[in-house]
Amino acid sequence: MIHGRHDVIRKALLDSLSLPAFILFFTMMGFGSLMQKAGFGADMAAVATLLIWGLPGQLAMVELSATGQGMIAIVFACSLANARFMPMVVSFIPAMARTGASLPRQLLDAQMLSINSWAVCLREFPAIEPDHRHLYYITFASSILTAAVVGTLFGFYGAVILPAVLVLGLIFTSPLFFALVLSTTPGRAERLSMLAGCLIVPVAKYYFPSVDLLITGLLGGSLGFFAARFWRGGDDD
Amino acid sequence: MTTEWLWIVVLACGLATFAWRALGVVVVRRIDPRGAFFQWITCVSYAMVAGLIFRMLFLPESELAGVSLPIRLAAIAFAFAAFFVFGRRLVAGVLGGSLSLSAMIHFIG
Repeated sequence: MIHGRHDVIRKALLDSLSLPAFILFFTMMGFGSLMQKAGFGADMAAVATLLIWGLPGQLAMVELSATGQGMIAIVFACSLANARFMPMVVSFIPAMARTGASLPRQLLDAQMLSINSWAVCLREFPAIEPDHRHLYYITFASSILTAAVVGTLFGFYGAVILPAVLVLGLIFTSPLFFALVLSTTPGRAERLSMLAGCLIVPVAKYYFPSVDLLITGLLGGSLGFFAARFWRGGDDD
Repeated sequence: MTTEWLWIVVLACGLATFAWRALGVVVVRRIDPRGAFFQWITCVSYAMVAGLIFRMLFLPESELAGVSLPIRLAAIAFAFAAFFVFGRRLVAGVLGGSLSLSAMIHFIG
């Protein structure tokens, strides 16, 4: 169990700088360069990373803008691509064990949430004293957000030119990282939901490409939830 | 598009994403974190995130789409092998997976 404030801050910085900050730096470089090609300004690219703070939505925005889609279509696609934040916020906030936080503070916590912080914090929280979990989260989230904004600007100005094979390896780091983090998730219901999600997403993407993740979440999550209940009912009650 | 118009797109997209986050906060303030609804929505978030990662690895729209499936599968296997061999170290897994992917593309194509 990790206690002192300094230990918590050190752990959060180590956990972010050991990988996620670098992964985000390079992933957001890709976004920055797309923004430049689509005719946005560097300031807009940085603000987009800071405010949207969810790559699927950011990509939807820049790709649709580049193809000259209308405003409503762009915002709608970005919003749909980031709809996962709603269930992610609901499952994340109670895990911080921070009772009595005011509405504005909780909204700020929700604004800083990304798939990185969500996966890493849910993995690390059991080892951190409940009182210090929020500090861990804020430290971790701010450091990766900083890396992401800097990466966006580097990408926008084309500051780092890498050989194509290395770029492919770097694009690959992001999903690999999440797959590894989540592979050790405890809890039968969560594991069953993830398995169901992986099985459903190819079908959902084929038939309903714009809402595939919503369908995957609702169907896969419900399957995992009920399967785990059914299973538990069979074992011990 | 004009500069003003591009700014509006960026800010509107930020707001549209924030709406989902705010909705999550509104819901979480009204539910019991030990109740069945919370457990269900946690399952939904895990299924969504797993689906997103599966899509990035196996149905990519990025430049990864040009990398053949056997190479991607082998790199994922390398990643998990390195992860578990080195005592569940994320750095080992990610490096093992992405370096093996780059090496395989370089040498096999």
